[in-house]
Amino acid sequence: MNSILSIVYILAVVSFITGLRMMSQPSSSRAGNQWAGAGMIAAILATLFLYRNEAGQALQNQIWIIGALALGTLIGILIAKKVQMTAMPEMVSLLNGLGGASAALISVVELMKLSDSGFVVGMTADTQSGIPSYVSRGILSILFAGLVLGGITLSGSLIAWGKLSGRISDFGFKGQHIINLVTLIITLGLAVWMIMDIQNIQPYGIVAIGILALIYGVFFTAPVGGADMPVVISLLNSLSGLAAATSGLLLDNKVILVGGILVGAAGTILTVLMCKAMNRSLINVLMGSFGGGSAQAGPGAQGTVKEISKSDAAVVLSYAQKVIIVPGYGLAVAQAQHTCHELEKLLEAKGVQVTYAIHPVAGRMPGHMNVLLAEADVSYDNLIEMDQANKDFESTDVVLIMGANDVVNPAAKTNPASPIYGMPILDVSTAKTIFVNKRSMKPGYAGIENELFFHPKTSMIFGDGKKMLQELINEVRNLD
Amino acid sequence: MNWLLANESMIYILILVIFLGFSVINKVPSVLHTPLMSHANAISGVVIIGAMIVMGQVEPDNYLALSLGFLAVLAGMINVVGGFAVTDRMLHMFKKKEAPKAEK
Repeated sequence: MNSILSIVYILAVVSFITGLRMMSQPSSSRAGNQWAGAGMIAAILATLFLYRNEAGQALQNQIWIIGALALGTLIGILIAKKVQMTAMPEMVSLLNGLGGASAALISVVELMKLSDSGFVVGMTADTQSGIPSYVSRGILSILFAGLVLGGITLSGSLIAWGKLSGRISDFGFKGQHIINLVTLIITLGLAVWMIMDIQNIQPYGIVAIGILALIYGVFFTAPVGGADMPVVISLLNSLSGLAAATSGLLLDNKVILVGGILVGAAGTILTVLMCKAMNRSLINVLMGSFGGGSAQAGPGAQGTVKEISKSDAAVVLSYAQKVIIVPGYGLAVAQAQHTCHELEKLLEAKGVQVTYAIHPVAGRMPGHMNVLLAEADVSYDNLIEMDQANKDFESTDVVLIMGANDVVNPAAKTNPASPIYGMPILDVSTAKTIFVNKRSMKPGYAGIENELFFHPKTSMIFGDGKKMLQELINEVRNLD
Repeated sequence: MNWLLANESMIYILILVIFLGFSVINKVPSVLHTPLMSHANAISGVVIIGAMIVMGQVEPDNYLALSLGFLAVLAGMINVVGGFAVTDRMLHMFKKKEAPKAEK
């Protein structure tokens, strides 16, 4: 191996690790991302021009490789520019699926090569280049691992993408966990059998493993519903890291190994952090009990819903001392973050103190809401986290809930039968007045009723978030 | 067993990096969870190097393998470029607003 290539690889690994490290703090995160990106591009270019195999040959098919790199760069930049901030979670999922596809395809191409040479165990000379290739159970295990992990990542991420963008709805059936488990066992069993019986491998067996892995990915993601989606994406993200790492083992390439395992481990930690934020166990999430028909929210919330006119709401907001806005996914869907910021500025000009209470899983992913509000120029200092917010509500005159539902549902505290029981919530009921903006009385993403809407302090303002805020702004202006 | 012995150093690296990965992002404010996931996703695109190497060893007249390799490199590159660019766009929004005053 070329020594310049080695140096570039080592620097790339350093950039990945420091990049991840710097990502842990808002102030250094952007530089960290750029570092790692630069390291990655350097490693790709160095591989293209400097890589030599054991027989000292450079990469062949350079035109094809350069073509794929150029096309990929173009598509990557285009989608990164075009995607809306609200669609960010599904975009991450889609990109993740592509990474899985890449890893699975590597295994497929390598398995095809081995299949052409008849899976001869031991040292064999490659007919064309004369490179010794070594087919062993170890290598076969790695190839199958790459195929299975990559396949699950690909189909699972595609389903997650489809669900988050509303193209696919949840589906699950009774006993699906058992079918899932059986699918996984058959897949792994088939792989183990083929590894043991290495002399008699049939190509259709390999195809079967690939297809089973894809099916498992679908089954694995499909029943997971509601607020749990980010956890699954994070888990699939760490799977794609492991899939990548198998290529590193296969090619004896340490950048790929380190990059892949780093993501695998960091992704696992991130998954656990997200589960903790929702006070749910990973097993529970994967079983898909959230919003999956079986869960009944006990006695449905009853009572009368109070509605308030926009002009009355404007008066109450204008004369309040302290207002806390609780943004949810509804705000994101309505693209109302800019209008929301406008209302905030208007109220602040009247001497009202306005802050935003951010639940850890508000939106569709942890941190999603912060990104959206940052896009609308909302100051970072005005965003308060859950623990602080729960203290602040007591001294708050008005809480304005914008399209949030499950994260403020008191059933999480009071009703052990509720599927979200135990999830920490924003306990808005200690505030003096609560305004809730929703499009209709439809339950939230987790599919359960919210008794907060029937609370005596609560008044509903129905309508599309953006339109409602615009009208509210006009009403506040008219007060002058 | 042969394979295990031949790859001993890779296995050591693997174990050490697992622990490194666990500790490197231990305390992250939830604000950064989405960008961090996106960033980690972009790094997992490192698999593209493997795709390039594999494709570079395919015989030039094996069109099936070439097309699959092409797809692997393409998918990997979209993952890398899209991932880092999307993360950068998200983080761009956290930038402090009073930047122009800082000069001079």
